[in-house]
Amino acid sequence: MSRQYETVIGLEVHVELATKTKIFCACSTEFGGAPNTHTCPVCTGMPGALPVLNRQVVEYAIAVGLATNCTINQCCKFDRKNYFYPDNPQNYQISQLYEPICRDGYVEIDTPSGTKKIGIHEIHMEEDAGKLMHDEWEDCSLVDFNRSGVPLIEIVSEPDMRDAKEVIAYLDKLRLIIQYLGASDCKLQEGSMRADVNLSVRETGSTRLGTRTEMKNLNSFKAITRAIEGERERQIELLEMGKAVVQETRRWDDNKESSYAMRSKEDAQDYRYFPEPDLVPVWISDEWLAQIRARQPELRTQKLIRYKKEFDIPDYDAQIITSAKKMADLFEATTAICKKPKKVSNWLMVETMRLMKEHEMEAEELTFSPKHLAELIELTDKGAINSSVAKEVFEKIFLEDIDPLQYVEEHGLKTVHDESVLRTVVEKVIEENPQSVADYRGGKEKAMGFLVGQTMKAMKGKANPAAVNQMLKELLMVGI
Amino acid sequence: MANVITDEMMEYVGILAKLELSKTEREQAKCDMGRMLDYIDKLNELDTDGVEPMSHIFPIHNVFREDIVKNSDERDAMLANAPKTKDGAYKVPKTIE
Repeated sequence: MSRQYETVIGLEVHVELATKTKIFCACSTEFGGAPNTHTCPVCTGMPGALPVLNRQVVEYAIAVGLATNCTINQCCKFDRKNYFYPDNPQNYQISQLYEPICRDGYVEIDTPSGTKKIGIHEIHMEEDAGKLMHDEWEDCSLVDFNRSGVPLIEIVSEPDMRDAKEVIAYLDKLRLIIQYLGASDCKLQEGSMRADVNLSVRETGSTRLGTRTEMKNLNSFKAITRAIEGERERQIELLEMGKAVVQETRRWDDNKESSYAMRSKEDAQDYRYFPEPDLVPVWISDEWLAQIRARQPELRTQKLIRYKKEFDIPDYDAQIITSAKKMADLFEATTAICKKPKKVSNWLMVETMRLMKEHEMEAEELTFSPKHLAELIELTDKGAINSSVAKEVFEKIFLEDIDPLQYVEEHGLKTVHDESVLRTVVEKVIEENPQSVADYRGGKEKAMGFLVGQTMKAMKGKANPAAVNQMLKELLMVGI
Repeated sequence: MANVITDEMMEYVGILAKLELSKTEREQAKCDMGRMLDYIDKLNELDTDGVEPMSHIFPIHNVFREDIVKNSDERDAMLANAPKTKDGAYKVPKTIE
């Protein structure tokens, strides 16, 4: 390739808000109900049914806007976006075009060359569509309107990203902010966070934007990365052949690792937006805004600073612990009980992360209670159990949230501190392993490890390794 | 009539509205639409500089609902409105993106 190309990427991110009810009716937003069990005349678009706005949707949208440095549009309105599709029962979607709730914000991401601002063009509120299922037997489609009317915010970025890494960093940042706010759980796989990628390429140095395509159906960070790389290559190839990039919507097929153009001729992109006559304008007073601002929870950036100051934990620890809200919550709650921040942080960063990986879990799925982890730390610190027993007990806490005190008692896992018991066992180990004893006395330090192991085994792991070491050394000296 | 609706325009609007019109209906619609646009042109003659656009016919704002679930499962009643159903869902012609 003779010419150098630069990729220009902007994102449209849809986030399902964590409200109990839909945006315009009192139907439940609960995920996974039997088809059409959460529907009413409003969310199925029956003639004459009238929408009434959910106050919580407005508050979540404002909260996200404030946390992403947006200007809140204190007089915002809804508009109708008209199109026909079976998952859209009204034949229009209620959205915001002319007066979206938030504008001109940004988030900061970390890149190899330092902090970079990614601009947010706007955030608007809208309703989700229903879900289409394809019935192979009868060669028809079935519509489930449970998701119809679930509140969404769409966060539209500026075309400020240049590669997949920046896109992932931006999405990660948005996800964390929104999770911390409690406005959504932001799960890509389950579709509560969805990203459409707008991508164009241009020759490096050029300031003019190339023709962009929009890519849909990206439901994991991996799929997003692959789609960006694939689309960049496809567009460069076209330009190198002297062809033009066509502005179109493409659907990514992650199994085939390629995208294809969605039909564009028949569904002409002419949405004929007009002000929604069924909804009155939303006026956001200074007082209301101040109330929401006052309620904003502490976000990651603030937590990072506070953790280092208040708990004196290393930056590395603070970074990892705050990388998921659930993790930060566990850290704070456990530390509040046992007052040992560094120990709590170690348990979270090492064993918790290891088990999460082993069980392919997300931080949000953790179920153990801070109380039990705090008790485990106490038990270990008091020397009641040794570190390998502690790990074993922690796995039980992690999986079943057992009470460590009770578990240790019931399973007789307490470290034996009775010196005479230990002495008897060590004497027996020395007697039964003359070769290792001779090796050790002959200068082979490694033999000690074996003898410690044998002693621990004989004690069923309930000894303090340091004490075992001490006792062995003492008795081996005597014999010389 | 100042505004003349072309056949191309008629076809485009037809696609957007998913309507198929007979030749007579099409001619009538062309005439109606032209007259509507003429009327809009007439409204546009008014000087509206400095007049804030009206966003709603009632002078009210902030009509909200609290976030409380009040609707229960009315699936059967809802599905009764549909021409065709299957397995608790609305049955429609095969639709694939």
